[in-house]
This record gives sequence, structure tokens and C-alpha cells, in this order.
Amino acid sequence: MKLMNEFTKGILKENPVFVSLLGMCPTLAVTTGAFNGIGMGLSTTFVLICSNLVICLLRKVIPAQVKLPCYIVIIATFVTLIQFLLHGFVPSLYTSLGAFLELITVNCIILGRAEMFACKNGPVASVLDGAGMGLGFTLALFLMGSVREILGSGTWLGITIPGMTGHTMSLFVMPAGGFFVLGILIAVVCKLSNRKPPKKLGCAGCPNAHACSAKCEETNA
Amino acid sequence: MNTMIGIIIAAVLTNNFVLSKFYGCCPFLGVSKKIDSSIGMGAAVIFVMVCASLVTYPIYHLLLSPLELGYLRTVAFILVIAVFVQLLEIVIKKLMPPLYKTLGVYLPLITTNCAVLGVTIMNIDENYTFAQSIVNAAFSGIGFALAMVIFSGVRSRVDDAESETPAMFRGVPATLVAAAIVSMSFLGFGGLGQ
Repeated sequence: MKLMNEFTKGILKENPVFVSLLGMCPTLAVTTGAFNGIGMGLSTTFVLICSNLVICLLRKVIPAQVKLPCYIVIIATFVTLIQFLLHGFVPSLYTSLGAFLELITVNCIILGRAEMFACKNGPVASVLDGAGMGLGFTLALFLMGSVREILGSGTWLGITIPGMTGHTMSLFVMPAGGFFVLGILIAVVCKLSNRKPPKKLGCAGCPNAHACSAKCEETNA
Repeated sequence: MNTMIGIIIAAVLTNNFVLSKFYGCCPFLGVSKKIDSSIGMGAAVIFVMVCASLVTYPIYHLLLSPLELGYLRTVAFILVIAVFVQLLEIVIKKLMPPLYKTLGVYLPLITTNCAVLGVTIMNIDENYTFAQSIVNAAFSGIGFALAMVIFSGVRSRVDDAESETPAMFRGVPATLVAAAIVSMSFLGFGGLGQ
């Protein structure tokens, strides 16, 4: 029962994008279409599950002082692997994701889960946590991609929507639309779940968070 | 020479690093509360991006490419950048204390920032020469700093008007919508450099 909870918490309750506000860069950049969103989400899920498993198995071997470089190398290895897979089997997706496929390496969701979950829990829980968080991320990207694709190009997963022709707003597939749609979706999610919208970005597990928030507080004081 | 000017215009205005490519959104949205910290962060990003391009270019073209190990670049680059930033911090602290005082606090923030890894990958993917890579890195950094400084100005107004913002938008949603408007204003440069 507890293990099931590790899986489901990432999908809605602790959704990495809408609730924890992690992984902003890929969320904004690749969601010009619903298919891209699913592709990016599933690639990240793959890397997240694999890196969570390996990091949790090696958690007693990796010394605390050098854990960040170790985590990054493990994550980068799996990113290289998924790059090969996509290049071979889904070349169109490989092209449209571009550099952001490689930038999964520095995605703070993955590093965050390694730091906050995988290095403290057993292999089964870590894999389930990775799968849940990954699916939550995929769901969020799919939702963003759908909104932007329907409003911006009048299609959904490449299928033309009747009635949308001639009424599209290309702003939504432009960069500005990314910021706009994400802002609106976060606000709507907060409203639906009856919470106050977050005041600042999620820095949970980010190796920079300590220095970053110290800097923010220093300037606020 | 023409391509150089093209790279500069693209990096700063038409394909601005944050507002149209979305590299480095975390510091953009996180540190942009005050103009001072935006300038400091921007300067540190310019500095590290140029240095990272200086180191990764020879590594790719002299080491990985001849050995046909191009696919290892993600692993190689991220490690080199991490080690390099650490070294840089030690050296600056020792040799240039005043510079360390202004930039030092931001340096550790940058190691795992996607802007730095992003610019080095972009240099390779676009087949830039060594000089072009450095120019691209420097001006992408300047584009990043420009966007941050502009946005911190907008943001202080948005934060001041918080009591008039609808409750469900207070905080991050309002910041993101403001970022959308700043990004929209950069669309105006679209025709430049063609």
C-alpha cells in the first residue's frame, strides 16, 4: 500500500511541474505540440527510472563529498542511451526535441529525485517513485502541448481539428505562449486543488538551491 | 564577418537565449527579483559560458571527434564544466578578491545550469569555428543578462501590484504571464538579421 503511494504521489499530488514547479526549461521549450510533450516526458521517465535504480543501488558506495558529479555521470549515461534509441527508432522526434534531449542531464527533476528519494530508499520504492514522477511530468507536458497545439496550430497530435481552421493564434506555439500557458495552467491547478499559488520556483533537490535562495534572501533583506 | 554579425544579432535579440530558447529558466525566474542580483548573475553567466566554450571546443574537436566518440560529449562536457567552474572559483578567490566578491556567489549556481551546457552543445551542432563559438557564447550570455535585467524591472512592478492581482495568480503564475509579455516584446526583433 505504501509502495503504491510512492507511485501515485508523483502523478497528481506532487506533480513535478504544476505543484513542485521543477523542470521549467523543457516544459516551456518542447511543448509546441502534444506529441513532442509525450516524447520528452517518456524519455525523461526512462532516464528517471534508470538513474533512480542505479543511484539507489550505489547509495552506500558513493561518498557524500563527490555525490553530485557521480549522479550527473550516471544520469548523463542514460541520457546518451535514450539519444541513441530515439535517433534509431523515432528520428522525427529526435530532430524536434533537439538539444533539449541532451539537456535532460541537467533537468532538476532527475537530480532532485536522486537527492531526495533514491539515495534514501530501497530499489523497488525508488523505481516506483521514478515512474510516478516521470508519468506526472509526461502528463503535464502532454497537457501543455495539447493546449498550445490546439490553440496555436489547430491540430491535436497532428490531426486537424474541424472548426479551428482560420481561428488559430500562432502566438501560442511561439515562445511567449509557453510562458503564458504555463502561468495559466499553474493558476488553474491551484484553484482546482484549493491551494494558494506558490510564491517561488521549486528548488527541491536542486544542488544550487542553497546558494540561490541565500542570494535571494540577501537581496530581499 | 557577415556571419559574425548574424550570430550576434541572433544571440542577443532574435533568438534570445532565455526568452525564445528557454535555456536557464531557473535563474531567470528565481534570481530576477532585484536588479543588482540580475546584473551579478548575468555577468557570471557571460563569464562562465565563454570559459566553458573555450574548454569544450578543443575537447570535442581535438579529442572526441578524431576518436569518433562524439556521442560521449554530454558526459564529457558536463564533467569538464563542473570541474572547471570549481577551479575557476578557487583561482578567482586567490588572485582577484574584488571580482570574487561580485561574481563568486553566483559561480556555484551555474555548474548544473542548462544555459551553460546548452551553449556548448549549440556551438558543436551549428558547426561554429572556434572564434564563432566564443562570440556566440559571449553574446548569448549578454542576451541572457539583458533579458534578466529587463525582466527584473518588470517584475518589481508586478510584485508591487500584488494586492490587485487575482488571488489564483499571485506569485509564480503572475511572474510567468509577465515573462510571456516580455518575451512577446522580443518578437518585434523578428525580422532583424535576415
